[in-house]
Amino acid sequence: MEQHYSERSVGELRKTFESRKTRGVEWRKSQLRALQRFLMEREDDIFQALKQDLGKPRVEAYRDEVGPLTNSLNLSLKCLDKWMASKKINMPMIAMPTTAELVPEPLGLVLIFSSWNFPFVLSLDPLIGAIAAGNTVVLKPSEASPASSAFLAKTLPKYLDGEAIKVVEGGETVSKQLLDYKWDHIFFTGSQRVGRIIMSAASKHLTPVTLELGGKCPAVFDFMSSFRDREVSVRRMVNAKYGLSGGQACIAVDYLLIEEKHASQMIDLVKSKIKSYYGDKPSETDSISRIVNRHHFDRLKRLLNDPAVQASIIHGGSLDEDRLYIEPTLILNPPLDSEVMNEEIFGPLLPIITLKKIEESINFINSRPKPLAIYVFTKDEILKKRMVDETSSGSVTFNDASIHFLLDTLPFGGVGESGFGSYHGKFSFDRFSHMKPVLKRNLLIELSFGYPPWNSNKLKFLRSAFHFDYFRLLLLLLGFTTDKDNKDQVQKLKST
Amino acid sequence: MAEGRVDWAASMVEELRKNFLKGKTRSYEWRVGQMRRLLQMIEEKESEIMQALSHDLCKPQIESFIQEISMAKESCKLVIKELKRWMKPEKAKTGLTTFPSSAEIVSEPVGVVLVISAWNYPFVLSLDPVIGAISAGNAVVLKPSEVSPATSSLFAKILPDYVDTSVVRVVEGSVGETTALLEQQWDKIHYTGNSKVARIVMAAAAKHLTPVVLELGGKSPVIVDSNVNLEVAAKRITVGKWGSNNGQACIAPDYIITPKSFAPKLVDALKSTLEEFYGKDPSESKDLSRIVNSNHFKRLTNLLDDEKVSDKIVYGGQRDEKRLYIAPTILLDAPEDSLIMKEEIFGPLMCIVTVDKVEDSFDVINSKPKPLAAYLFTKDKKLEKMFVSSVSSGGMLINDTTLHFANYTLPFGGVGESGIGSYHGKFSFDAFSHKKGVLYRTFGGEASARYPPFTPRKQRVLRALLTGDFIGLFLNLIGWSKA
Repeated sequence: MEQHYSERSVGELRKTFESRKTRGVEWRKSQLRALQRFLMEREDDIFQALKQDLGKPRVEAYRDEVGPLTNSLNLSLKCLDKWMASKKINMPMIAMPTTAELVPEPLGLVLIFSSWNFPFVLSLDPLIGAIAAGNTVVLKPSEASPASSAFLAKTLPKYLDGEAIKVVEGGETVSKQLLDYKWDHIFFTGSQRVGRIIMSAASKHLTPVTLELGGKCPAVFDFMSSFRDREVSVRRMVNAKYGLSGGQACIAVDYLLIEEKHASQMIDLVKSKIKSYYGDKPSETDSISRIVNRHHFDRLKRLLNDPAVQASIIHGGSLDEDRLYIEPTLILNPPLDSEVMNEEIFGPLLPIITLKKIEESINFINSRPKPLAIYVFTKDEILKKRMVDETSSGSVTFNDASIHFLLDTLPFGGVGESGFGSYHGKFSFDRFSHMKPVLKRNLLIELSFGYPPWNSNKLKFLRSAFHFDYFRLLLLLLGFTTDKDNKDQVQKLKST
Repeated sequence: MAEGRVDWAASMVEELRKNFLKGKTRSYEWRVGQMRRLLQMIEEKESEIMQALSHDLCKPQIESFIQEISMAKESCKLVIKELKRWMKPEKAKTGLTTFPSSAEIVSEPVGVVLVISAWNYPFVLSLDPVIGAISAGNAVVLKPSEVSPATSSLFAKILPDYVDTSVVRVVEGSVGETTALLEQQWDKIHYTGNSKVARIVMAAAAKHLTPVVLELGGKSPVIVDSNVNLEVAAKRITVGKWGSNNGQACIAPDYIITPKSFAPKLVDALKSTLEEFYGKDPSESKDLSRIVNSNHFKRLTNLLDDEKVSDKIVYGGQRDEKRLYIAPTILLDAPEDSLIMKEEIFGPLMCIVTVDKVEDSFDVINSKPKPLAAYLFTKDKKLEKMFVSSVSSGGMLINDTTLHFANYTLPFGGVGESGIGSYHGKFSFDAFSHKKGVLYRTFGGEASARYPPFTPRKQRVLRALLTGDFIGLFLNLIGWSKA
């Protein structure tokens, strides 16, 4: 039975926020340090949960989950004072004597829905941002990774302030209940379908949302003359396909675009790389994650079972239903209207589409929904520039894939169908903050020109002020008017 | 009929998208060219604009000039001056994890955007988001409010003469047209108006996963401390309230909170300032806008006719339905459960709430939804600090009202019920841009630890690599390990 999330708990979190406890820098740091302790002390338990949910290899678990979180916490703790400081803003002369600043303030109570494919990093990285910004939080991990969800629900309260941060477990019913409440921000990682439901529920309370979705991330392979460059490219690309939770990642490579005349050479390289990573019998390796559950296994099986797709398989394609295992699979030129080329794959299937010229990839990408990431392997500077200027995507990475996720100096997030709002590092802090402009004046200097009753002199004064014409401003203040003013005025009177 | 409209809207958006994809809106030259044309339009059509505003709202010329025309002009000029800098990719640092590499954040247009504007500042609230959308290189459809028909049709008439109509359009109309527009897929929707319609806009946007900017309003409070220069404070409150489209402004002061003992003095100061500005009989003054239409007139008189406030009016209260005139009105101590203390007033009525101590004001504000603006008049630095830290609002201004709207160096927008997202100046450019992270890697710096087959040693190398532990990394690379 799914647990009911009570109004009382939401009320408690609101009260905690209103008590202002979460605003203090010390509270924020203490919670971040507690998360550091959690990662350090519970690393093995985390690996265990990930093994259970996804068969995730330990190195992947560290590389993609514990490692990035450790970094994120280090950065937040190092920079928090700087991030929290208000920022002075320069004011134009006309507004003198005035000072202005931007004051970051917490939004209030935020809700984080995370996803099952990276159940730790996608839960805790937004949580780090929300805590750093001084909010109270409800985290709802995905029910599709039950071991991780249960572990978070059981263990996090031992480390974090339970009056301010709660973990709620459950499925659709619980999520729907949560969506009925008023939140100050909802941060969602998942599919477009659920993203629509989230935003539409949020609209009832005018709650701002961040939607971290996915899409079909293409890898564009330009031909490179150096064998080493080709080899390194393929190594990185294959890893960014099968090595990220078995392709179950929003930033995993979805399909490959390649020039026709170099296709066979590159395909051989891809095959040999798969073999060097996962051995002759990839079903026996423990270096690849399995499919998360029956539902997704069936979905991927359906993509493969399309006869036209079946006919295009050039490598792999075997399935083991009992172990939810799907072999790293290559599909050469499946029909463009097949499901595998229209749905986000989210699994270890890699369609390879051949093009006459690699430049055609720009149109190919532009005729589809905007992806979360585009990966381009090339040494051609013109192609690089065209890719950045002429396509649109959450991000672009040249000569590597997926690794941009690790860079906290770049905003991570989608555009169009791949979502909106970004996070990581300082961007996470900003995401969960309201940047409040505060303008201060004194009560000394006062000119009658700013006030009714209006007359033509006041209009002239203001016209000069707005044009930053300080000389004329001075003349007017002293009681002079110029010819231009009079002409202007006559014209205005005539026309109105 | 309705379906025909949808078809028409769909084909318009399709055409704009096709033209957007041709890429011309992306260039700096095109964007600045459009800005120059907009500036030229404002300069050449100034008197028509003033006339339209006068027709829609009887807006005094000087108000039109300061609060609408100059604002829009400044906005264009700022873009012309700064756009090159705004468009420049921003370098981002890269670390050991991705070494060797370089990274930058590129601002790219989001695509085809919809701007739905409001009737109270029908010129600047239409043009300013359009300026932002164009400066960021988007195609844009402007839907001005049908409640200010003269300004709406002026846009429809003059804008096409100045801007590139292959990517910039004006659509006139009311609920039917707006509904048809909202059914289309946009890359961003910028809406200015009330929170009821905002919910409809956001729900419609959710179907297409379209991000929204919602510029709403709320009850913007003014706290007046008893230590202030009352004459200056009264002037600044009066011009921010009645001098801002006669209170029909999202950032106009909605109610005042002041210590009980100080209230009589404040009421007197406001009365005498009102008389100084608008004369003994304000119905004769040409310096007050009128109520926009009879719907809003009825809404406002309803607030006044509420039994709970019938004995609370201390100034004004006169009305003339034929001329859509309501006198500047002050109510003292209207009860918290009266309609006027619950709804956004958006008109020439001002409530004064009294508290025992000025510090109690924060609780009054925090018991209501977050406002778009919050104002404080005080000489007390400590109170100022408390105000900034304990009140949440879209923007804050100390010792003046409404002025922050005119500062393009500040983001303008709400929080909570007062809206989502912000704009003005560079913030407009950012609101209509997607910040694309671009990472450039070379083929050097391969860490085989990233790749399967995975071994315990790879895990140790990765740990050192990800956390920037150089010594650990070195030890691992030469085959030792700290663990």
